[in-house]
Amino acid sequence: MIENSKPMRIRIVFSKLDQMRFTGHLDLLKTWERSFRRADLPVTYSQGYNPRPRINIGATLPLGFTGESELMDIWLDTRCPPAGVLESLIPSLPPGIVVKSIQEVETDSPSLQRLISGSDYIVTLPDFVNELPLRLMDLLREKEIWRERRGKSYDLRPLILDLSGIRSNDNSTQQIKMRLLTREGATGRPDEVLSSLNIEPHRTRIHRLRLIIN
Amino acid sequence: MNKITPEKISETLEAILPGVQKPARYTGGELNQVIKDWESARTRVALVFPDIYDLGMSNLGLAILYDILNRQPDVLAERVFSLWSDMEKSIRESQIPLYSLETKHALYEFDIIGFSLPYETLYTNALNILDLGEVPLLAENRKEQHPLVIAGGHAAYNPEPMHAFIDAFVIGEGEEVILEIVDAHQEWKDSNSARPELLLKLSNIWGVYVPSLYRADYHQDGTISSVNRIERNAPYPVVKRIVPKLPPPVTRFIVPYIDTVHNRIPIEIMRGCTRGCRFCHAGMITRPVRERSVEEILDSIEQSLLQTGYEEIGLLSLSSSDYTNISALVKNISQRFQTDHLRVSLPSLRIESFSVDLMDNLDNTRRGGFTLAPEAATERMRNLINKPVSTEQVLETSREIFKHGWSKIKLYFMIGHPSETLEDVIAIADLCKAVLKEGRKFKGNRASVTAGVSTFIPKPHTPFQWVACENIEVITEKQKVLRKSLRGPGLKLNWNSPEISMLEAWLSRGDRRMSQVILEAWKMGAKFDAWNDHFQFDIWLQAFENANLDWRFYTHRERPVDEIFPWEHIDSTVRKKFLTEDYLWSRDGRTRVDCREQCFACGILPTFADLRRAHPGDVWQCPEVKSKKIPTGEILNQNKAPGQLTGI
Repeated sequence: MIENSKPMRIRIVFSKLDQMRFTGHLDLLKTWERSFRRADLPVTYSQGYNPRPRINIGATLPLGFTGESELMDIWLDTRCPPAGVLESLIPSLPPGIVVKSIQEVETDSPSLQRLISGSDYIVTLPDFVNELPLRLMDLLREKEIWRERRGKSYDLRPLILDLSGIRSNDNSTQQIKMRLLTREGATGRPDEVLSSLNIEPHRTRIHRLRLIIN
Repeated sequence: MNKITPEKISETLEAILPGVQKPARYTGGELNQVIKDWESARTRVALVFPDIYDLGMSNLGLAILYDILNRQPDVLAERVFSLWSDMEKSIRESQIPLYSLETKHALYEFDIIGFSLPYETLYTNALNILDLGEVPLLAENRKEQHPLVIAGGHAAYNPEPMHAFIDAFVIGEGEEVILEIVDAHQEWKDSNSARPELLLKLSNIWGVYVPSLYRADYHQDGTISSVNRIERNAPYPVVKRIVPKLPPPVTRFIVPYIDTVHNRIPIEIMRGCTRGCRFCHAGMITRPVRERSVEEILDSIEQSLLQTGYEEIGLLSLSSSDYTNISALVKNISQRFQTDHLRVSLPSLRIESFSVDLMDNLDNTRRGGFTLAPEAATERMRNLINKPVSTEQVLETSREIFKHGWSKIKLYFMIGHPSETLEDVIAIADLCKAVLKEGRKFKGNRASVTAGVSTFIPKPHTPFQWVACENIEVITEKQKVLRKSLRGPGLKLNWNSPEISMLEAWLSRGDRRMSQVILEAWKMGAKFDAWNDHFQFDIWLQAFENANLDWRFYTHRERPVDEIFPWEHIDSTVRKKFLTEDYLWSRDGRTRVDCREQCFACGILPTFADLRRAHPGDVWQCPEVKSKKIPTGEILNQNKAPGQLTGI
């Protein structure tokens, strides 16, 4: 691999699937750190007392959800061609993580948190819900949806950008597509939307299709 | 019985996992997990650590057996751990049995269930696992179609309290014997014979104890009159198993998706200890001392880093400073892996400034505290337990530690040593304060001392096995004194629940009748007894009552030197004669030096003379055996206990 000693920032689009859905944010950071260590890629570590790898995951995916196209930035000490990074990384990934693409980004470009504005989710329902499209429309018509989370009440309505129902051709599965706001301090959670629809979130499968970048 | 399919179990898990804490404990699927074809495997082994995933995944013994078994083409090994209460409730409600993490097979589907029992407070969890796995709890109720239930680990050196639940115990080291057990099981399975045939076959393997082939009889006063074989061909005594040379270390560890208690690569640099501390169970039962070479350790670190990506390695042993080439090892590690942001932990260092030099090479951040284990605070006491370190040496070492930049020292002590007085306990507080005073000179108010004070339990197979436990009231009083005197800035005290220590003592010193107590306690809901928030002392007192036994009998008597112990027929190969002498020496305050300086004929060499002869040089720290009476091939080719073959 051709290298030189200038730092490099790469953006990885990855899927988080299967058992990996029960790995929380901090453990996911560890998973990435170890994957890069196994691949023997020169991750940049912070200086000082407790060196940490410089990894930035775009928008935390809540525990239990799967994600199709999650985003992450990672800094390397030396420049490596993205194709080479991909090649070393693939055999080092744990089950449940799939890398979809790698590209180099400017080291001083804005953080993922600032770029990401929304998320598209697809929720698969375990039991048939009557008049689902109607109920979704009713919810969208609400001016305010007050909810309580971790002891704080907040209005969910402005965090919902769009909702729609999908039904498979043979009527066997029913899904809800949601577009929710994803900004620091203003993030809509699909399980909260489900609860507002009186659907028990635990038994549904929640999958984030994509993150929307401005 | 209608068997449940792995598909059905997986489907049920889909529904219940999102509702429990830390679901990643129960999914399996981690990096380096081994999945083999269920149908084509001839022997399927469930390896069980009877506590939660977070602890079990950090257990080296389990990782070793997993590696060895899965390397066999016709064997598969999968993991099973205890379920935390919320998950247990969920699977009981969903009516699915406990399953293996790899392929989600019900526990009862396995041929062999192997429990790791490193400490006694896991016993009720083991029962709970059998129950959740729908396996009959009592060995006598298991038939041909049920799994063979085996157990090993340090606690198995007194197997009697668990004798009713376990078909066969491994006494000693598992690396070789596990494959012999699998072979015996395969032969038995192919022969279509009855279950007792299997047990008899197992009892003839060196290191295997099958409790149902023995009977214990008691005197009127409750002490044991004799333990006898019921089966003529069963060995007596059962000699512990050892591996003559440590096999290459495991390098392919499973990497959990979540944080566990130790997120690191464990590497055992040596086994056994030459120091002979009289309270130390591990030090007595893991003899002889065998070391791995520096090269082998370095290579295995390199390989395991590539396999796991871990940021930390733990160099494990009972006394790391005593590893012959420790300086070279530490120097090589820091050179070879210096660019890797690798943390190296080196536990169990001796109280001497050399230890500070070692750590100086490894830890540039001084992040953690520096741990020393004087075990007792007065020189009289330390001589009695055979850890002869002077108080000046403790202070001198502490001074070096603070001088080299650490600001926190952890000191480990035990209370309840034989003949301990209140002055000996107060001395703990005084020593901590003296160490803190040294710290202040270099670190000012940032200096701190944490005292970890546990309660001494006289363990089987040690020179203190005759000693009585201190009663709970006295321990509580001593802890109170410590709490009172270890107050103030820079001082911290951690202690153990005296009740949990008492339970540990009953379970480690008990006889066959303890099985009834364990069963009664489990029925009343005892589990996770090592966890303060789960442990219920009243249940255990009630269990003794239900079993018509007096708990004081097990812990509150000094046993006469001629009393037959419940573990008398288990031969740790450290002779009773040596232990008795050492016990009597301790009463006179006589100490022994490191046995590399002078062999005290503890019993290892006479028993394993042939193994030593076949593995000369530095592999063992025992003296070489010169005389040669029997061809070594004879012993190496058979799985009989050495003593039985040679008639020693």
